Amino acid sequence: MTELTDLGVAAIRDGVQDGAFSAREVAEAFVAKVSAAKQLNAFLVETPDHAFAAADAADKARAAGEAAKPLAGVPIGMKDLFCTKGVPSTAASHILEGFTPPYESTVSQKLWDAGAGMLGKLNMDQFAMGSSNETSAFGNVISPWRRSDGGNAPLAPGGSSGGSSAAIAARLCPAATGTDTGGSIRQPAAFTGIAGIKPTYGRCSRFGIVAFASSLDQAGPMARDVRDCAIMLEAMAGFDARDATSLELDVPRWEAGLSSDLKGKRIGIPKEYRVENMPSEIDALWQRGIDWARDAGAEIVEVSLPHTKYALPAYYIIAPAEASSNLARYDGVRYGLRDLPDGANLQDMYAATRAAGFGDEVKRRIMIGTYVLSAGYYDAYFTQASKVRTLIARDFDAAWESCDLLLTPTAPSAAFALGEKSADPIAMYLNDVFTVPSSLAGLPAMSVPAGLDGHGLPLGLQVIGKALDEQGVLNAGLALEQRAGFAARPEAWW
Amino acid sequence: MVDYRIQGATGEWEVVIGLEVHAQVTSNAKLFSGASTAFGAEPNTQVSLVDAAMPGMLPVPNRECIRQAVRTGMAIDAAINKWSRFDRKNYFYADLPQGYQISQLYHPLVGEGSLDIELDEGGTKTIGVERIHVEQDAGKLMHDQHPTRSYVDLNRSGVALMEIVSRPDMRSPAEAGAYVRKLRSILRYVGSCDGNMEEGSMRADVNVSVRKPGAPFGTRTETKNVNSVRFVMQAIEHEANRQVDVLEAGGTIVQETRLYDPDSGTTRSMRSKEDAHDYRYFPDPDLLPLELDDAFLDECRASLPELPDAKRARYEGLGITPYNAGVLTAEVETARWFDALLEAGAKPVQASNWVASELFGALNRLGKGIEESPVSPSQAAELLGLVADDTLSGSLAKQVFEIMLETGDDPAKIVEERGLKQTSDTGAIEKVIAEVMAANEDKVADYRGGKDKLFGFFVGQTMKAMAGKANPQVVNELLKKALG
Repeated sequence: MTELTDLGVAAIRDGVQDGAFSAREVAEAFVAKVSAAKQLNAFLVETPDHAFAAADAADKARAAGEAAKPLAGVPIGMKDLFCTKGVPSTAASHILEGFTPPYESTVSQKLWDAGAGMLGKLNMDQFAMGSSNETSAFGNVISPWRRSDGGNAPLAPGGSSGGSSAAIAARLCPAATGTDTGGSIRQPAAFTGIAGIKPTYGRCSRFGIVAFASSLDQAGPMARDVRDCAIMLEAMAGFDARDATSLELDVPRWEAGLSSDLKGKRIGIPKEYRVENMPSEIDALWQRGIDWARDAGAEIVEVSLPHTKYALPAYYIIAPAEASSNLARYDGVRYGLRDLPDGANLQDMYAATRAAGFGDEVKRRIMIGTYVLSAGYYDAYFTQASKVRTLIARDFDAAWESCDLLLTPTAPSAAFALGEKSADPIAMYLNDVFTVPSSLAGLPAMSVPAGLDGHGLPLGLQVIGKALDEQGVLNAGLALEQRAGFAARPEAWW
Repeated sequence: MVDYRIQGATGEWEVVIGLEVHAQVTSNAKLFSGASTAFGAEPNTQVSLVDAAMPGMLPVPNRECIRQAVRTGMAIDAAINKWSRFDRKNYFYADLPQGYQISQLYHPLVGEGSLDIELDEGGTKTIGVERIHVEQDAGKLMHDQHPTRSYVDLNRSGVALMEIVSRPDMRSPAEAGAYVRKLRSILRYVGSCDGNMEEGSMRADVNVSVRKPGAPFGTRTETKNVNSVRFVMQAIEHEANRQVDVLEAGGTIVQETRLYDPDSGTTRSMRSKEDAHDYRYFPDPDLLPLELDDAFLDECRASLPELPDAKRARYEGLGITPYNAGVLTAEVETARWFDALLEAGAKPVQASNWVASELFGALNRLGKGIEESPVSPSQAAELLGLVADDTLSGSLAKQVFEIMLETGDDPAKIVEERGLKQTSDTGAIEKVIAEVMAANEDKVADYRGGKDKLFGFFVGQTMKAMAGKANPQVVNELLKKALG
């Protein structure tokens, strides 16, 4: 028999329901894996009791003949950006060290209501700012993957949801939550050979998620395959009156609607995504993806998204601007870290607390954001970036005239080594080049594992859909997934 | 019309005044959270997770607060913007948990409007209102709880305010006072703010500049958080005179924020323009633009009560004197009471005189507001009816009213039980007159000899003999006849 920890969400759900194994057995198996994988540093907090309680409830309900909840018996990982009641929630920042919320985020609550249990809180880039997990205040996550050339250089699991991606790839949990502001679900998914979807902005409530950039932040699931993502997303999505940007729409039955038949679908290939210096392997993978899509019945069309090159600069104005304001609440007054030097006044306390509490990347973005919003620069930066954002959205609208979905690489490279880019913020920011435009436009987009590079590292393909067409995105993802037949997994060294 | 002028050494100066009035919106819940807004609660007992800016908490607009601001805008004939947006005003302070105030800089909810003020010298003047926007209030720092630390009370944090920004259209402290009073009256009619300045429900930032009459606007200063009509007027007077002194001494006015000290009646500098915060306003990304549909606006309009100016005109149309009409409409409670009185059948002119003299006199004596009047409008209408149908004379009515104030009884009951009904029974009156004349034969002779003034004596004696219950008019007629 395969190990229980090799099973995905659907298999665990079905197995528990059929009585092939108990939820308790599943939880115990994953809890053991988690506690044995400390080297990866994927979990900031382990919560076995939470997982066991949910498992026992699932087993009890089954024994009592009650209808199974959609995620009954499925233990998951929770990105530490989600506030979880009674469990420390830090956004991987020193400034929130020791903070235990007396409330639950809407998304995590929905998952618990669906029967899922929590294995622990997952490490991440501090305040979700980063693409490598190196900005965590509690040490970076190490990817379970290693290059096949025998080099043992520790690799980045991607970011910001790098704890989530590493944990799933290492089979520490079958699925996890992520959040995506400019690619923070999709890029780590691509780096670690798993699937992840960022739904349409507004699908998942932001209530209780520590804010990075409010107009871009979206929660989404990360899992081993497309079906598991669909199951998770169904549980996570839905209108929430406590988030004014939440969409008041019913949640589609995405899992039931899955189909890898792409007949009648037109898939656009945006020519602006053929960026300079892109590794030929990425290009080749993209071409394979195009062939698979055609094989699945789709018609391939070349499209243009002319403002693509302005997306990254606009994103790195808008996201820091919002962050500089969103992070003002971490001031040492009410919760979290307070640094009060002797004789300090209020201003001194702010300065000392924030200097000690925020990491360098967070400080960098607060400063950029403060600058672009300041009098005299606002129009040149923030207003201009907002206009670019509108143009980017229009690019997509125009593209939808000739296609239904877009297919692109997820990231311009495979996972890089830890430390390789951390000294060069711009090189790091370039990692988001393919994921940022759809974030700015609020569109659903997902990454599916599609192959390995020459070093044996996973590469991902991205599908971008029209607003609210998660089903189309998932279906195309499924078609690619089936044809890619991605079966590689990192060999355990931890 | 007499212009208000400051007499300086170099001649006359004109004062230019604009007011930004912050009015707390009447609502059970805060602007973006469900927390209560009741005044006077224990510190930090009316604070939601949103108000305390806990991580991941989000603002959700309170429909009622928006509705009240829209109704207020409609009450001053202002343009209502069907599309508006919330902006963040960023600054750090311990009473501001989010590190920003959610306000509306770029696209306010309410645009241009105006209101008319009554001038002391008679007539009215129209004062322009530039805009009304809604925003969050901050919390409160308490410095008196501990020798070395300050405490924060977040009960007010997130409470909805309307900021009502006037045009610089006022030219004297009196006009500014009249503007605040009129605005307060309108807010209270509309029910969008209780206008309670002592509790901080309404406060004003006062912009003042001076110039030689006819010259361009001078540099203005802004005096923050002035919380009574009297203080507004005092602050303007002091600030205008200060500016004149500075200018005439060869100095210049710096654009700055000043504080008003009610104890000394003076203002002092708080911070200059150079120290002013860069608030880094930008659209709040947690909130979608506010879009108002016609049904919502229709409901807002339909729910507006008759407003002070319209009511005043209506009262004058009923024959009520302009003075009485003004007095009766200034406060919404008075107007509401008076309308109920009219509805209960009282005759407008008689009723207005009675309210303005008798009722106000009595309430003053008792130290009560009209809403606490021991006599209800329907009881008052009954009393006035008894006067109108000659059941009671004026003086009897006063007696009955006093008893009503004490007992709360209906006038008919009092009249019945105490026999205070006036009599027009000519037989009974004639009998008493005959007795009075018999007892005062000398005075009858004097009267008939030409001493007309004695007529009053006979009236008095007759009324006295009848314990005040005789109809004075009948007494007059019968006496004239009897005395010949």
